Amino acid sequence: MSDTLRRLSLRRTAAWAILVLFILITLLPFYWMLRISLSNNRTLFANPGSLMPTDFTFGAFKRVLGIATLAEATAEGGSGAKIDFWRYLANSVVTSAVITVCQVFFSAMAAYAFARLRWPGREKVFFVFLTALMIPPIFTALPNFVTVKQLGLLNTYAGIVLPYLFMTPFAVFFLRQFFLNISREVEEAAIVDGAGHAHIFFRLIVPMSSAPIATISLLVYIGAWNEYFWPLLVGQEDDVRVLTVALGIFRAQSPQAGPDWSGLMAATLLAALPVIALFTVFGRWIVNSIQFSGIK
Amino acid sequence: MRTGIGRQSGTAEPRPETSPPRSGAPAPRPRRRAGDLPVAMVFLLPAAVGFAAFYLWPALRTAYLSFTDYSLLAPPEWAGLDNYRRLLGDRLFWNSLKVTVEYVVINIGVQTIAALGMAVLMHRLTRSGLIRGVLLLPYLVANVVVALIWYTMLDAQLGIVNQALEWIGLDPVAFFGETSTAIPTIALVNVWRHVGYTALLLFAGLQAIPKTVYEAAATDGASEARMFWRITMPLLRPALALVLVLTVIGSFQIFDTVAVTTKGGPINATRVIYYYIYEQAFQRFNFGYAAAVCVALFAILAGLALLQLKLLRAGDSDLD
Repeated sequence: MSDTLRRLSLRRTAAWAILVLFILITLLPFYWMLRISLSNNRTLFANPGSLMPTDFTFGAFKRVLGIATLAEATAEGGSGAKIDFWRYLANSVVTSAVITVCQVFFSAMAAYAFARLRWPGREKVFFVFLTALMIPPIFTALPNFVTVKQLGLLNTYAGIVLPYLFMTPFAVFFLRQFFLNISREVEEAAIVDGAGHAHIFFRLIVPMSSAPIATISLLVYIGAWNEYFWPLLVGQEDDVRVLTVALGIFRAQSPQAGPDWSGLMAATLLAALPVIALFTVFGRWIVNSIQFSGIK
Repeated sequence: MRTGIGRQSGTAEPRPETSPPRSGAPAPRPRRRAGDLPVAMVFLLPAAVGFAAFYLWPALRTAYLSFTDYSLLAPPEWAGLDNYRRLLGDRLFWNSLKVTVEYVVINIGVQTIAALGMAVLMHRLTRSGLIRGVLLLPYLVANVVVALIWYTMLDAQLGIVNQALEWIGLDPVAFFGETSTAIPTIALVNVWRHVGYTALLLFAGLQAIPKTVYEAAATDGASEARMFWRITMPLLRPALALVLVLTVIGSFQIFDTVAVTTKGGPINATRVIYYYIYEQAFQRFNFGYAAAVCVALFAILAGLALLQLKLLRAGDSDLD
C-alpha cells in the first residue's frame, strides 16, 4: 500500500513539475522583455545570457518617452528610430475608449431587444446577426476601407473607430445571454407601475447587469487596444497612429545592424502595461467570463 | 462548452395572446398585446445600422468586387470570372495557401496537445484562479507585442534562445530568417500566445464532466492513463470539437505576427494568405483580385468548419 502511495505522490510531483514548467514558459518572455528594457543597449551584446539586466539603466524608457537628450540616447546605443510614445498612447486610449463605450451601449440596446422584447421574427433576426461571427474580418475589411476612404475619414479617429462603433456580434450575443436570465417579475412590476421601456432598460436591466457589462467592456477595450490590422489600413499617419501600429513601424525603422533592442522592448512593455494592469485588477472576471462564453 | 445558444427558455414562447385570462390573473396589458415591434426597432436601430453598413453590405460587396477589376482610382469594372481564372494559375496564391496550411497544422497540432495537457493537469491538480490567470496572460497582450518579444528572444546574435542552444552545444538558428524555420517559428510563437486561452476553454469542458464518473473508475482501479483515454477524451469531445473549429478558423487568419516580423519573407516562406490579400489590396491596389482571394479563403474556412463539425460530431455528447 505504501508503495502505491509513494508511486502516486511521485506521479503527482511529476504532474506539478510539468505545470510549473508551463507557467515558467508563460512568464519567462515577460521577464525577458523587462530585462532587456532595463539594460544598456551597448552592453547587451556582451552578455546575451545573463539573467539580470546588463548595466542597469532606465535609459531605454527615457528614450522612448522622449525625455533623454540625443547625447544620452546615443551613449546607450539608441538608434535613430523615433517613437512619439505619448501621442500614440493617447491615440490608443481615445480610440479604444470610444469604441468600448459606443459598442457596449449599442450592443446592450440590441441585446435588450433580443432578450426582453417580444416581436415577430426575433429569433430569425438574431440568427442573422450571429452569422456575422462567421465572416473573417478581412472579408469586410476591403469594402470598409473603401467606405472610410470615400467618407474622407482616412487617417482620422472616426475612421479607426467607425466599423467597431455600433455592434459586434459577440457583444450582442454575450449581453443577451445575461439579459435572458434576469427574472421577469421585476420587469412586470415596473410595467404595472407604468414604466416605459427606456426606464426598464436604463433603471433595471443595465444596473442589474453591471457585472457582465463591465466584463464585456473590459474585453472590448482589450480587443480594441490590441487591434493591429484595421488601424494599419486606415490610421498610418503620425497624428492618429495607435500604439500597435507605431510599434510595427518602430521595429521596421530600426537599423538591421545594431538595432535598439532596449528601446524596442521598453516601448513594447509600455504598450502592454495597461492591459497587464487591467488584468491584474480584473483578472478573475476575465477568466470567468471566458469560461462562461466560450467564444471570443 | 457553455455557449448557451440554446438557452432561451422562459422568453422564447410566444405571448398567449388569444388564450383567455386565467381567473385571478391580472388583466392583460394592452401595450404588450401588439408585440413590442416599434420599441424593438428603436433599440435595434444603431446595431442594425452597424450590421448593415459594416458587415452585411461589405460582405456582399466583396463578393461583387471579386468579379470586377478595381484599383480604387476608377469605379469597378465588370470582369466576369477573370479574377478566378487568374487565381487558379497564380503560383503565389497556391504558395500562400500551402504556407498557411503548414502554419495551421503546426500551430493547431502543438497548441491543441499542449492545451489539453495543461487543462488536464489543472483539472487534476488545482482550482487556483491565479494559475489560470497567469496562463491566460499572453492571450491578453497584443499580437504585435508578442511578436516583438519573441523576435528579440529569437534573434540570432543576442537572443536568449540561441544562447541556450549554445549552452547545450547546438548551432545557432536564424529562426525568422531561414525559409525552413520561419513558418514553424511563427506558428510556435502564436502557440505561446493562445495555448493558455485554449486550455481555459478545454478546462471549462472538463469541469462539465461529472466527478462521479471518475470516482466510479477509481474504485474499479482504473489507471490515470486509462481514465484519460476512456473517460476524459470521449466526454470532452464536443468541447474539443468546438474549440478546434474556432482555433482552426482563427489560425487561418494569421497576419499580425507576419506583418511585424518577416513581412512574407524570406523569399515567399511566410507569405500567408491574409498577408497576400493585404499586399494585393493595399500595396498593389488590385482590389478585385484581392476580393477573389477573400472569397476563396471564405469558402475554404466554411468548408473546413462544416467538415470538422461533421467528423467530430460536435453536436452530440457521449454523456447521454
